[in-house]
Formats: sequence, C-alpha cells, structure tokens
Amino acid sequence: MKPNKAVPMNPISAMDFIPQEQLHSLQLARLRDMVELAYANVPLFKARLDERGIKPDDIQKLEDIRLLPFTVKADLRDTYPFGLFATPMKDVVRLHASSGTTGKPIVVAYTREDLNVWSTAVARALAAVGVHEGDIAQISYGYGLFTGGLGAHGGFEHIGATVIPASGGNTERQVMLMKDFGVTCVACTPSYFLHMIETAEKMGIDMRELPVRLGIFGAEPWTEAMRALIEKKSGIKAYDIYGLSEIVGPGVGCSCMEQDGLHIFEDFFYPEIIDPATGEVLPDGQEGELVLTTLAKRAMPMIRYRTRDITHIETSQCACGRTIRRIAKIGRRSDDMFIIRGVNVFPSQIETAIMSVESVLPVYQIILTRDHGLDNIEVDIEVNETLFHDRVSAIEDIRHTLGHAIERILGIRVFVKMCAPNSIPRSEGKAKRVIDRRNLNA
Amino acid sequence: MKLKQISLFVENKPGTVNAALKLLADNGINISTLSLSDSKFFGVLRLLIRDWEKARDLLESHQFAVKITDVVAIEVDHAAGSLSRVLEVLDRNQVNIEYLYAFAAGLHGKAAIIFRFEDPDDAIAKIKSELKIVEPLDLFREIPD
Repeated sequence: MKPNKAVPMNPISAMDFIPQEQLHSLQLARLRDMVELAYANVPLFKARLDERGIKPDDIQKLEDIRLLPFTVKADLRDTYPFGLFATPMKDVVRLHASSGTTGKPIVVAYTREDLNVWSTAVARALAAVGVHEGDIAQISYGYGLFTGGLGAHGGFEHIGATVIPASGGNTERQVMLMKDFGVTCVACTPSYFLHMIETAEKMGIDMRELPVRLGIFGAEPWTEAMRALIEKKSGIKAYDIYGLSEIVGPGVGCSCMEQDGLHIFEDFFYPEIIDPATGEVLPDGQEGELVLTTLAKRAMPMIRYRTRDITHIETSQCACGRTIRRIAKIGRRSDDMFIIRGVNVFPSQIETAIMSVESVLPVYQIILTRDHGLDNIEVDIEVNETLFHDRVSAIEDIRHTLGHAIERILGIRVFVKMCAPNSIPRSEGKAKRVIDRRNLNA
Repeated sequence: MKLKQISLFVENKPGTVNAALKLLADNGINISTLSLSDSKFFGVLRLLIRDWEKARDLLESHQFAVKITDVVAIEVDHAAGSLSRVLEVLDRNQVNIEYLYAFAAGLHGKAAIIFRFEDPDDAIAKIKSELKIVEPLDLFREIPD
C-alpha cells in the first residue's frame, strides 16, 4: 500500500469537530429556516402541512422534525420541472437533472450560495481523506446533467487541487492521462475504477507503480470486498463518498481516513433512519432507510427525503475525533432489492457469497427469468485465471461450489453459468448488476 | 519430456471456437493437434502448438482465458492393441489419467497419444523404462509452422 502521508488538518474541517450541543442548536435554527422557506414558496409542501394542521412555528426542537411529512422521488417527478423550487429563477444559477430511466428526469436547482455549500461539503469530504493543495485530481464521473462530475469538480477546486475534468468514457485515454499527468487522486464510480485497472493492465501499466494514492468512489452501492479488491490491485486507498442529486449530489457524507463508516455533514444535511414500512424513526444503531433533510440549501429545500438507501447510524465516536455522526457503508438500496420466489434478495448478498469462495471478485451479473410462471435466478460469472482450468470437471466443481455458497446465503436455488472473459458488458458509470427479463407486466 | 498444452475457455455458442482458431490462423500459427471437451454450457479447447508462447501471448492479448498445462506424449504403433498395451503399463504403475487424445500425424508411421496426468513428472518416472515418451522436437518435426 502506498503511504498516505500525514497532512496538517485543513481549517475547512473545523465544522466536523463542532461540539454536539452547538451542532444541535445550529441544526434547529437551520431547520426552522428551511421549513419556513419551503412553506412560503413550495405549494406541495404547504398543502401537506396544512392537511396535517402543522405550522412552521410548530418546529420548536430538533425532534419536531418528525411532525413533517416525507418527500419521495415521485414528488420530484410529479412537480416536474420546477415545482419544488423555493427561490425565483433569477436566483437559480445551476440546474442538474437525473438520467431518468423511466419518463421525465428529476430536476434539481442551486443558488450561488447553494453551490458554495455543495463545494464546501465536498471539500470537507476530501480534506477528511487527506486531499490537499498540490494534489492532481482526475474526475472521471460523467460531466453534464449528472451531479457526479461537476459536484466532485467543485470540491476539488475548492480545496485547491489541480483538477482534470476527464469525465467518463474513453478508458485508455483516462489511463494515459493518469500516468502522464502524475494523477494523485481519482474520483469515479468504483465499478468504473475497476474497469480502469483492467484497462491499465491490458496496456501493460501497473497502477501500483503510478503516483495515484487515493480514490473517492461513490454513486453506486459497493461492498467491503470490492474495496479490498480495488486497494489490492491498484495500491491506492479507496474512500467512500456519498450523496444523491435530490439532496445536493456527492458530498452529503464521506469516509475519513479511518475507513470506518461515512461521516454525514450534519450541519448541512440532517440524517434520520426510519423503518421503511412504517415510517417510524429508529434509534441510532438500528438499520433502516436513510432520510435526509437539507439544512442550508435554498433553491430547492428537501425536507425528510427518503433516499431508499439502507444503513444505520453508528453509535460509537469515530477514532478520527469528528463529532458529526457516521452512517455505515451503504451496500444496498431498497431499490436494488429484487423479490424472487418470495425471497428478498440484494445483489450485495450474492457478491458476499462469491467472495466467500473466491479471494478475487470476478466480473458477474445476475439475470432473472421467468419460465412457466416460475422465477429463476442465474448468476453469470466470467472465468479468469483462478477460475479457469484445463479440466472440465474442475470448472464444474468451482461452479457448484459457487452455486452452493450463493444458495446458502439466499436459501434459494441459483444457476451459475461460467462465461468467457469480457462477455459481460462493462459500465462506464453505475454497474448494472441485475438484468430482469421476467417481464413482470405480462 | 513434457509438452506445453494451451487450454482455452469457450462458450457453447456458434463461432466461439473459430474465433480462437481464426486468430491463430491470421497470425500464421499452425495447430499440431487439438481436442475439445464440452459440458452443457461451455467447453475447453486444448491445443498443441510448436510456438506455444507466441500463441499464448496472442490469445491472452485478445482476452481469452488461457491455461498452460504440462502433458506427456507417448508413442504408439499404428496397430491393433497398441494403445491398450500402453494403458496396461499405466494401470500397473497406478498412474491416473485425467484425459487423453490422439496425435496421429508424422512420427515415421507411428502415432502419439497425448496424456494429461495429475502429476506428469511422477508419471514419466514410473513409465519411461517401458514406454517411449515422444520429445517435443520429434513430435513437431514433420509439422510445418
């Protein structure tokens, strides 16, 4: 592992160490401000509060946030494009939008001050993992409507790094830039970084020999196993950054050098964990759906937004000394979950099963099919150096071992199919782990 | 003396075997002998090639899963019962065969059987006094590159 040399604390991190009591009064003041702003300017929010007989002034303490209704993704679609904006368009200096696989995209807005909050949050995330002036940062998230590229860009510029806006795609050129420019930090999705490592290998470049020392990875759920794989193959430290466009984009939270959960920048984004079925708020330590409220974003305040991400809030204090709370690494989304033969399955469970057999995570994909009304789950796994053998029986043994390992975790039969190298499409953004061919509407 | 065998993973669908063969052909690499074993969804194509290192590098650079395995060529006469006699020697010496295939060309009117043993060095030590192990040079002598 390349050394991550100690750097003096960046003054931008000061808010990460704010005493809890001070934090809570700041949060309450900001929450009241947000609720007032949304009530006065967002008709949907006003209607929902009126329906419940709640006035903004009813928010007297932080726990009163539970009186407020949730906001869900459908609300953004239903009010497309500008229905949730709380400031006049003349104050909005930037719009972003989700790719939107179904129907209209969702649109998010920023005032100039919102952009400053955003880049400050990302810069605090970067400072927490030791990014500093003089670092050369390659941003390989897509630029454009997606918040990943420009979000990371703003944070790296804010902290004073040299930014290479590489955007996604053209992986060979990415590797060339990384090598020729002496890149020290990379920001992209973890699955795309794995693809970059593979591409570098094919180009005869060993990433462990390059100056790159850390990566800021996010925009899709990933496992500890994948982190270990990235760190082993590239020699870098792989850090989590968390965020979603509806809240701000990347920078809602980030792992620190301890790599023990993700700190949420609580003075900007207030976290709650709820039972996804009942909406009841769960105590810290208990797993549920993460709900976030923006505390300092004026163009489009988001009150109690349901993220669909499954995690819990850590109860212990982080060894780094930050007082802002941490959530556990997000390995799954309630969106990713699929139900097969009545069993709830997350792709991360299958990944864990594969890793229990193989020390190196192969490229895999999950395919769901329906045959005469019966759901089947197929896991396609690419053969690699360790999985391939000259004896058919040896490959069959590995196939059965993998199948049993997955069945033990899921409790249902799966069909494991070995595939040729590079036969599973690589993504340049978020990895597509599950292909559902069941045609559930038929 | 052992031979280097190249194994390739091939999916069970049209064109996958030829993708490998055509790549070798386009680069002027001649295959001396081959065998294909299959299961329901995939196969393993095994090749004997004089310049196996060049073939391996070429295949790997084109994203094939490649494995190099030591195999042993044993000479047999083109006559009834000659392979059976070889197998008797192997049995008697308790040498286990993983798989085998034939190499019929050249060798001054004789044939060779290619054996994949679990432990080729051990197998050679046990049988070399009774059976003729074909040297790679002899095996490829009459095969054009």
